[in-house]
Amino acid sequence: MGRKLLFDKAHIEGIRYYDVYRANGGYGSAEKALRSMTPDQVLDEVKKSGLRGRGGAGFPTGMKWSFIAKPEGVPRYLVCNADESEPGTFKDRYLMEFIPHLLIEGLLISSYTLGCNSCYIYIRGEYAWIPDILEQAIAEAKKNGWLGKNIQGTGFDLEIYVQRGAGAYICGEETALIESLEGKRGNPRIKPPFPAVKGLWDCPTVVNNVETLAAVVPILRIGGEEYSKYGIGKSTGTKLISACGNINKPGVYEIEMNISVEEFIYSDEYCGGIANGKRLKACIPGGSSVPILPANLLLKTAKGEPRMMTYESLADGGFATGTMLGSGGFIVLDEDQCIVKNTLTFARFYHHESCGQCSPCREGTGWMKRVLQNIENGKGKMSDIDLLWDIQRKIEGNTICPLGDAAAWPVAAAIRHFRDEFEWHVLHPEEATKRNYGLAHYADPLQIAAPAAV
Amino acid sequence: MAEEKKLFKVKIDNISVEVEPGTTILNAARRIGGDIVPPAMCYYSKLQGSGGKCRTCLVKVTKGSEADPRPMPKLVASCRTTVMDGMEVANITSPEVQEARKGVVEFLLLNHPLDCPVCDQAGECHLQDLSYEHGADTTRYEFKRRTFDRIDIGDKIQLHMTRCILCYRCVFTADQLTEKREHGVLGRGEAAEIGTYIQQSLDNNFIGNVIDVCPVGALTDKTFRFKNRVWFLKPVDAHRQCEDPKCCGKTVLWMRGDEIFRVTARKDQYGEVEEWICDTCRFDKKDVKDWVIEGPRKIDRHSVISQGHYVGVHKPKDTLVEVLDGRQPKLLLDIHNISEVNRPEIDLSKIDGPAHSDDFNKK
Amino acid sequence: MFSEEKLNKVKEIIARYPAGKQKSALIPVLHLAQEEFGGWLSAETMDYVASLLQIKPIEVYEVATFYSMFNLKPVGKYVFEVCQTGPCMLRGSDNIIDYIKKKLDIGVGETTKDGLFTLKTVECLGACGYAPMMQLGKHFREHLTPEKVDAIIEECRVKAN
Repeated sequence: MGRKLLFDKAHIEGIRYYDVYRANGGYGSAEKALRSMTPDQVLDEVKKSGLRGRGGAGFPTGMKWSFIAKPEGVPRYLVCNADESEPGTFKDRYLMEFIPHLLIEGLLISSYTLGCNSCYIYIRGEYAWIPDILEQAIAEAKKNGWLGKNIQGTGFDLEIYVQRGAGAYICGEETALIESLEGKRGNPRIKPPFPAVKGLWDCPTVVNNVETLAAVVPILRIGGEEYSKYGIGKSTGTKLISACGNINKPGVYEIEMNISVEEFIYSDEYCGGIANGKRLKACIPGGSSVPILPANLLLKTAKGEPRMMTYESLADGGFATGTMLGSGGFIVLDEDQCIVKNTLTFARFYHHESCGQCSPCREGTGWMKRVLQNIENGKGKMSDIDLLWDIQRKIEGNTICPLGDAAAWPVAAAIRHFRDEFEWHVLHPEEATKRNYGLAHYADPLQIAAPAAV
Repeated sequence: MAEEKKLFKVKIDNISVEVEPGTTILNAARRIGGDIVPPAMCYYSKLQGSGGKCRTCLVKVTKGSEADPRPMPKLVASCRTTVMDGMEVANITSPEVQEARKGVVEFLLLNHPLDCPVCDQAGECHLQDLSYEHGADTTRYEFKRRTFDRIDIGDKIQLHMTRCILCYRCVFTADQLTEKREHGVLGRGEAAEIGTYIQQSLDNNFIGNVIDVCPVGALTDKTFRFKNRVWFLKPVDAHRQCEDPKCCGKTVLWMRGDEIFRVTARKDQYGEVEEWICDTCRFDKKDVKDWVIEGPRKIDRHSVISQGHYVGVHKPKDTLVEVLDGRQPKLLLDIHNISEVNRPEIDLSKIDGPAHSDDFNKK
Repeated sequence: MFSEEKLNKVKEIIARYPAGKQKSALIPVLHLAQEEFGGWLSAETMDYVASLLQIKPIEVYEVATFYSMFNLKPVGKYVFEVCQTGPCMLRGSDNIIDYIKKKLDIGVGETTKDGLFTLKTVECLGACGYAPMMQLGKHFREHLTPEKVDAIIEECRVKAN
């Protein structure tokens, strides 16, 4: 069994409620921080832990916190990004639904460190029942002196508010989230200025993902030094992976960042192998926007080393032969899946979610969707594949926020690794509407996961 | 004298300029002038918060600053990126930028109807200029274009959303110039549109300025609709004592004979309004007696409007030699070496009447 | 018009933000209004929200049209919002959508004649591991099968009577 830091007590019945959470050592880290440490000492521990943002970008959290501006007399804000909307990602939902106090404790410690007295949890609107859970937990924490005025007699004040979004993927981008929190359209802002200087209501603001903030609790419990011993290299600690697609056991898993991708997919502790005895075709290991990898490149890097579930190993080979850990939305495709169709659903997603500010993303996402629709429906031309490549290239890097990149990458990677499948769709339009391309050579070097003997 | 501010030294396409800290790359380029100035479709120096959206002004920062010489990883919007001391920027010297800009033009034209022949903006349309200078000669888009119905927002302004490129300028104008904004950006992504949601007329004495800030033919003057092509009119600088204290009263009258076809604000060489005018001046003063005429308006030679009236035209600044570090462009082919016609020793202006092939036949 | 109770809720929401930042309450109050006034936002409702928050009506329209959860047209009593993005597609969401279409005899975006059901397709709702799924009111219905869809439709019909 892998070591756990966030979900170690998730199985305890009633952990959702304050009494059980407290009885199992909950709020111990907050107690330690508020009573015996200065904010700078807490920041130091977080820096030592090597914790990186769990929302997708993987930016070192301690460093992000140290950027926050501290002008005299201006309030600072901590905003918890719970707008989990990246297809394939549903880990924060699990955490908030089942261990809400872990997040609240994390928010308390983080607010104390940053010197914030108001904190907002911005949760995606579709998670409509979770605000109730969070608000109940906030009320419990308040009743027990962990929120409100003069927390535990330390003189520190903190209020946490839950704000619901209303259906916009783009609000997961931190500046769009801030705009939305201000009651506006979720149009990302142009950076600089960064939120750490000018964020919510033009005040210094830190925006962190749910899992990142929750991870602060075990860091304080075991110490930053000890936390950094989990995982490999710069991928320290544990990571929540939400696994879905054609696997036997979809769900949210906490992994220590030292296991291989192969172990994650095939071991019974995690995904439990590909469903229905099928073979692995491809995988998108970090949420829909990261490049899709065919089976042979997924399990082994281009150098032939086993690929690990770490930021570095998944990115090994760059975009040519690698991908990204991203948000940890692990989408597995079996041999019966159509790459064109899958790419089309993602293109449709990004088209639907583009805010419409920047012309390349506003116009380009719809164009890619329509070209892919043609290919999928047997109306594609050979030149369409190059056209798609050219469109994505002209979107990538040319927009205000990374949604343009996120829309471009899945299309680029699908063409890069599965071009023959696109060509087959064009050459066999009739057949392509009836059956799928199949596995082809993608799994050739794989010795494992052969279908059950007939 | 006040303490002298330290100026930042910036190099854009090999041309150096010194600007005040806080200046954007685009404005630094405008200080140099000429063809190294990136085109801008959404940025408007008079409107706070504008810019950054259309992506036509993307440039490459090849050197971040003297202190941190690393290049910036992505192309940046020059209208919203401020300069650093020692920064080096590539615009027309970067093939990457030219390529990206070509892409942006293609995206902007994707859903544009290209109905220039029936569009009142033709001849003074920034999208037209942009496409001529940076666009491809054909489209690769094979799908149905987005269309909208024309809406009258008030009896003087027409909104033709199909032509809109969503620059947000008109929204900023209404926000910053009038007390009550009634139109905005509705919908999301490709479906986003400028609108009032419930049919409403824009009613404010300065709202007419949205026509002038619109870079395309999405917002047009209904009092001028289909009356004339702008290049057949004679632009004349004029002013009047306006009753509205916020209105400068300085305008351009677009005339034919004694008839005033339309009134606009005066625009600078980047197509930006110099000073805002009120709707009374714009829509209601169409009689020459209302105005004190100053003289013909200076129009850039590259504009089609300058055809037929050459008073005070000036040639756009040619920066090529400077961009090439003083080297002269190399002449690859002299047409006269192979052509019999248009020989340099024949002065066309000395020929009586239209030139004839016989005129060139003088062996 | 909101009831006294809802008006108090609005006040409570506005109190979450610093003075003068009541515009931040816009999205939560729009949610409240949509729940209260028949599951959709009419122009009158939005104007009312604007007056409550002392902002211009256009600011409300701009926001309401941006976010996909706000309905700008009347919808059925029960709205089936079926996810169709990648992970759900891999698990057969297309079949579920087709099944609902046939079962209720409506297309995507349409409402049944009795005004009971509306079918919408939506993009990723964050339940990829429990696919295929749909949102029904406040909650998610996961691991959908034709049988489960039947049961849900029946459940709604019973509740409606």
